[in-house]
Amino acid sequence: MARRIVVVVKHVPNIHSARAFADGRTVRGAEDGSLNELDEHPVEEAVRILEGLDEAERAESEIVVITVGPAEAVDALRRAFQLGATTAIHVNDEALAGSDYAGTAKALAAAVRKVAADGPIDLVLAGMAALDGLGSVVPALLAAELGLPQLTNAGKLELDGATARVERVVDGATEVLEAPLPAVVSVNDHINRPRFPNFKLIMAARTKPVTTWTLADLGVDAAEVGEAGARTRVLSAEPRPERAPVEIHVDAGAGGEALVEFLVRRGLV
Amino acid sequence: MTRHISVVLLDDVTGALRGPDLELLTVARTLGPVRAVAFEAPSADALAALGTYGVADVVHLDVDGEPHLTGVAAAALAPVLTDARVLLARATFANKEVLARLAHLTGAGLLIDAARVGEHDGLVAGWKRVFAGSWDVDSVVTTELALLTVRPNAVRPVPADAPADPVVRAVALDAAAAEAAAGGVRLVSRTLHETSGSARPPLAEASVVVAGGRGTLGDFGPVEDLADALGAAIGATRDAVDEGWIDHDAQVGQTGVTITPHLYIGAGISGAPHHRGGMQASEVIVAVNSDPECPIFEICDFAVVGDLATVLPQAAAALRARTA
Ligand SMILES: Cc1cc2nc3c(=O)[nH]c(=O)nc-3n(C[C@H](O)[C@H](O)[C@H](O)COP(=O)(O)OP(=O)(O)OC[C@H]3O[C@@H](n4cnc5c(N)ncnc54)[C@H](O)[C@@H]3O)c2cc1C
Ligand SMILES: Nc1ncnc2c1ncn2[C@@H]1O[C@H](COP(=O)(O)O)[C@@H](O)[C@H]1O
Repeated sequence: MARRIVVVVKHVPNIHSARAFADGRTVRGAEDGSLNELDEHPVEEAVRILEGLDEAERAESEIVVITVGPAEAVDALRRAFQLGATTAIHVNDEALAGSDYAGTAKALAAAVRKVAADGPIDLVLAGMAALDGLGSVVPALLAAELGLPQLTNAGKLELDGATARVERVVDGATEVLEAPLPAVVSVNDHINRPRFPNFKLIMAARTKPVTTWTLADLGVDAAEVGEAGARTRVLSAEPRPERAPVEIHVDAGAGGEALVEFLVRRGLV
Repeated sequence: MTRHISVVLLDDVTGALRGPDLELLTVARTLGPVRAVAFEAPSADALAALGTYGVADVVHLDVDGEPHLTGVAAAALAPVLTDARVLLARATFANKEVLARLAHLTGAGLLIDAARVGEHDGLVAGWKRVFAGSWDVDSVVTTELALLTVRPNAVRPVPADAPADPVVRAVALDAAAAEAAAGGVRLVSRTLHETSGSARPPLAEASVVVAGGRGTLGDFGPVEDLADALGAAIGATRDAVDEGWIDHDAQVGQTGVTITPHLYIGAGISGAPHHRGGMQASEVIVAVNSDPECPIFEICDFAVVGDLATVLPQAAAALRARTA
């Protein structure tokens, strides 16, 4: 059967570069942000699911990527195109600035509902965590908002007709979970190895259209999201104070003893 | 009724209470009278500890269903939060999602993985380290009820000045309610991993961690030797896990366990951002690496430039000599 899969992806500051906060929000330039690395896995998984279909089914299938974020977040969608997404939606509205988890999930849920209004969806895929804050809560909140079953942190995903089955390793246990489709499934970095985009996809990704939706398009009340709707407030955000300069011992036969002396000096043993 | 109770979700009450649960009780006490809740009936040992920590009100969440399903756990917890100001739970993956579901059910604000918890102008505040450990962020919850997951080692556990006499009551979630709360999800199977060499503390909550990376070249012997001399847990990089040198549960980092021990010792680990994100909030960081230019030295308190295969056993021997 043809599949219609929604993938929610986040644009995050590059963890390899310097970052900044201002007024309790992340400040980022387009050049130092990208698609959350862990969100390549759900896009790849969606592509693989479609590859498992016959040609006729595939022609009817769709991978819709959605991001909620400021103007530069469109880069995450372009990257998702390179990886094989077919349709992209950017939810962008000034009133979304300063959203906490709840606000983000509300806006995402409204966008997913709007996509589903055009035709039934089978699956909503997400990453296991956004590498900026490592919250790992948006997929669960999204499932709750949508009233869909939640299968999170999947290291394996199998679709069998109208059922999804995942295997996951969490908190020192291996679990197998099942739910009827449509379901919200977040996947971790063990589920697959995202491919390198080929030249054709990279070129095509530059010009593919991205649909932009505002809160008004989604029928979401601005008071429920952004700073206005946030249930938490950042008091202060500061770069971590520099550590005292590192004490370096070059081993010349007594490195282990020097290490223990340090521990003793610090009262750690 | 005003919200004033400080609720703690205990992780494991079937034996003696462990460090992280005692830490949560210690923090909770500073925010209001404590109610301890758990999905199992507390053992005699656990009750004794609760008494020492000044907890009189103990709730056994008696679920006729599968409390390992996020939706079910949240539905069971909601009724014990009606007079609560705050719910504190350990920073496990499952708890994050249970609290997310509770936030949805109750409209409460959510802070994930606070490394410290306190108050600011009468609001519950949490402090955390983000962006691979490079920024410190202080936040407050502005709703009447605050939901927080709290990292191990946030405080040192301290018994209460006045002990209490714990009374356990059961709060039930019946089969029909549990079924509805599962939202169509079925737990097909759940297998707890054997903690081999269980003499070592669990990684996520250990106060000392010795971690090994690719520089071990597959021999974790020296890492284990030093860990055992320190009573530490063993950690690893993803590369070491991917090589099959050590179990996946030992992976420290952004896609593994995030740790905040008092002491972290990394050996043969370069210090990639993905790894640092999981350990950079450790109090004291020590590294042993043969490369004087390795990035982990930039975030260290103490570094040994040398071969871990000789430095670690020497350190372990020196520690054993001290205590002998
Ligand atoms: C999406 C994603 C998520 C990831 N998540 C994680 C994660 O959660 N955790 C994680 O750890 N990694 C993670 N990684 C991988 C990470 O980027 C690094 O590749 C990894 O941490 C490097 O491991 P390492 O330090 O063991 O190996 P290397 O970087 O190869 O470093 C080995 C070090 O050992 C030193 N060495 C060699 N021989 C000796 C010796 N005899 N004595 C002393 N020192 C020696 C070398 O000088 C070197 O510095 C992730 C990557 C991706 C893409
Ligand atoms: N602003 C956003 N837009 C789209 N998807 C998001 C957004 N924030 C989080 N997600 C999704 O939720 C997952 C977990 O994010 P988090 O809960 O923030 O760690 C990510 O991997 C994304 O798939």
